[in-house]
Amino acid sequence: MPRVPHVLLIEDDASVRDGMELVLRRHGYAVDTAATGEDALALLARPAGHDVELAVLDLMLPGIDGFEVCRRIRASGSAIPVIMLTARGDDSDIVRGLEAGADDYVVKPVTAPVLEARIRAALRRAEPVRVRPGEDTYAGLVIDRAGLTVSKRGTPLPLPPTELRVLLELSASPGQVFSREQLLRSVWEHDFLGDSRLVDAAVGRLRAKIEDVPAKPVFVQTVRGFGYRFGPV
Amino acid sequence: MLVAVVSAVTATGLAYRESRNAVLERKQDAVRTDFKNRVDQAAADLAVPPDEVSLTRFAVGVADGLGDTVVVAEYRTLRASSDASADRTRISRALRDAVRTRNRMSFQRVDRHGSPYLVVGTPVTFDSGTPSGLDVYAISSLRAEQDDTAGILDAVRDGLLPVLLLTVALALLAARTVLRPVRELGRATRRHAAGDLTSRVVVPKGRDELADLARDFNDTAQALETSVDELREQEAKARRFVADVSHELRTPLAAMTMVATVLDEDAAQLPPDTAHAARTVSAETARLSRLVDDLMEMSRFDSGAARLNLGEVDLAETVRNTLTLRGWTERVRAELPPGVRAVVDPRRIDVAVANLVGNALRHGAEPVTVTLAPGGDWVTVEVADRGPGLAPDVLPHVFDRFYKADSARTRSEGSGLGTAIALENARLHGGTIEVANRPEGGAVFTLRLPWRRGEGAEE
Repeated sequence: MPRVPHVLLIEDDASVRDGMELVLRRHGYAVDTAATGEDALALLARPAGHDVELAVLDLMLPGIDGFEVCRRIRASGSAIPVIMLTARGDDSDIVRGLEAGADDYVVKPVTAPVLEARIRAALRRAEPVRVRPGEDTYAGLVIDRAGLTVSKRGTPLPLPPTELRVLLELSASPGQVFSREQLLRSVWEHDFLGDSRLVDAAVGRLRAKIEDVPAKPVFVQTVRGFGYRFGPV
Repeated sequence: MLVAVVSAVTATGLAYRESRNAVLERKQDAVRTDFKNRVDQAAADLAVPPDEVSLTRFAVGVADGLGDTVVVAEYRTLRASSDASADRTRISRALRDAVRTRNRMSFQRVDRHGSPYLVVGTPVTFDSGTPSGLDVYAISSLRAEQDDTAGILDAVRDGLLPVLLLTVALALLAARTVLRPVRELGRATRRHAAGDLTSRVVVPKGRDELADLARDFNDTAQALETSVDELREQEAKARRFVADVSHELRTPLAAMTMVATVLDEDAAQLPPDTAHAARTVSAETARLSRLVDDLMEMSRFDSGAARLNLGEVDLAETVRNTLTLRGWTERVRAELPPGVRAVVDPRRIDVAVANLVGNALRHGAEPVTVTLAPGGDWVTVEVADRGPGLAPDVLPHVFDRFYKADSARTRSEGSGLGTAIALENARLHGGTIEVANRPEGGAVFTLRLPWRRGEGAEE
C-alpha cells in the first residue's frame, strides 16, 4: 500500500477547486479543500491538519489574501511546502509570494500534469535525503545531514524543506559555484526554463535565518553573474 | 541689451571723430582760401628778386588779415617773417620739399610744445606757371579748434552717460515687452514638442499682437491637452478592459484546463462521437489558454508592467533549452557557439526564440536553422527557413497583432500574437527583430540584442 500524499487546496472559485480536487484524487492524492484563507488556517491548526503535507494556495482570496495566509502558515512553525496559484503571473505578485515563504508557483490556468509535477517535486524536497551522512560545522553553523537539522551556536534553526534543500545542495560541495539553473534542476526538479527568482527568493529566505548579517552573507555567497556558493567561511 | 550699449558707444565715438574732422577741415579750407588770396594780392606788388626788406614787407602784408598767423616768405636763401620771434622750425623739411618739388600748396599739422599748428606752404608762380623761387608759408595755431573739439568731446562724454542709461532702459523695456514673451513662447513650444502638454505662457498685459499670440498659444495648448488626455483615458480604458477580460477568462479556463485531463484520459473508453467531442474540448481549451496567456502578456507590455528579470546566461544553452523543451531538436539545425554569456531575461529570450522558430516551422519549410552570432555590441539569433519566403505585401505586417497573411487560411495553432510578443520582448531588452527574405529563398527573422556582458565579479 503506497503512502497517500495529503494535499490542501486553498481556492475560492468552486469550479477550479473541484476540478483540482477531482484530478488529484484520481491520481491518488488525499485532498482537503478550503474556500478561504481563514478556513485553511483553521483546518491546519486542528490535529487532523497535521497530516497535510503540502498546500496549493491561490493568491486572490476573499478576506485575508494568499500572501498573508502563507506568512501565517510559516509563522505557525509549519514547514509544509506551499505552491502558489497566481492568476496574473505578474512579476510583482510572484516576488511578493516568494518573499512570503512560498516554495514554488504556477500561473493559472495550469494543466493537471504541470500542477502534479510541481506537487511531486515539492513533496520530494520534503523527504529525507542522504546527500552525505555526517555533521558539518562551519563557524558555528552545524548542518546535521543525517538528522536533517541545522543549528547555529547551539540553537536549532527550523528550515522549510526548500531552503534546507538549497543549503544541503550548496554545502555538499563547499566553494563550488552553482548556477541558478543547476539549483532549479536539482532542488525544484524544473526540467524546463524555470524562473531563477525561485532560487533567489529561497536563498534570500535562507540567509535571513542563518546569516548574522543577511546583507553581508558568509555562508551562502553570491557569485555575480554565475550563481551561488557555500563559503568559504 | 549689449547691442544697445555697444551701438550707443560706437555712435558717440563716430560722432566725435566726425565732428573733430569737420572742424579741422573747415579751418584748413578757410586758411587755404584766405592765404591764397593774400599771397596773390601781395605777390603782385613784390619785385623779384626781393631783398630782405621787401620780403619782410611782403610777409607782413600776407599775414595782415589772416588773424593769428605767422607768415614766412623764403626766396632761395633769403628768409623773412611777419613775426620776428616766430619759430621757423615749425616748417618741416618734408613740407618744404613738398612745396618746392611738387610746386603746389601743401599742408601739415605739427605739434609744438603741446600746441597744434597748421602749416600751409605755397610756391609763388609767374602767370606762365613757372616757379618764381618764392615760397610762402603760413603758420596758424589750431588751439582754438582743439579747444572746440575738446569741448565736443566733453559734451559727448557728458551726454554719453545719460544716453547710455537711457539706451539700457529702453533695451530692457524692449526685452521685457517683446523679447521675453517671444522667448517664453519659444520655450513653451519646445516643452510641448518634448511632450509636456501642460506648459503655458504668461500672457503679457495689454492688447497688442504679442498678448493675442500668447493667449492663442494657451488656448491651443489647453485644447490639445484636453483631447490628448481624453485619448489617453480611452486608451487606458481599452487596455484595462483587455486585461480585465483576460483575467476574468482565467478562472473558468483554469477549471476547464484542470478537468480536460480527465477527458483525455477517459476518451478511449467513450463512444466514438463522445470521445471526439471530449478530445476537441480538451484541445480547444488548451488553445484558449494559450491565447489568454498571450493576451495577458500583451496587455502587460501595453500597460508598461512588463519587467526584465535579468540574469547572466550562456545564450547557446538558453536557445538549446528552448528547442529541447518544445521537442524541436530533431527538426531544427542549430549553430550555437558556446561561451556567449550575456545579461538577459532568459524567460523572455525563450519566448521570443520559441515564437520565431514555431513560426518558421509552421509557415516556412524545413530545414529551419537557428544561428547564434556574437558581434561587438550586439548578439543576433537568426531563424531562417527554406519556405517560399514572405510576400512583399506581408512583410510590413509580420509583427501586427492577429495578422493573417492569408485571410482564407485556416487558423494556425498560434494565437496570432506570437510575433508581436517576440518583438515586444526584444524591445524590452533594447533590441529589435528584423525580417527579410533570403536571396536563396526562405524567410529569415533576426533577433538583435544589445550584448550586455556580466561583471563576473564577486559581490
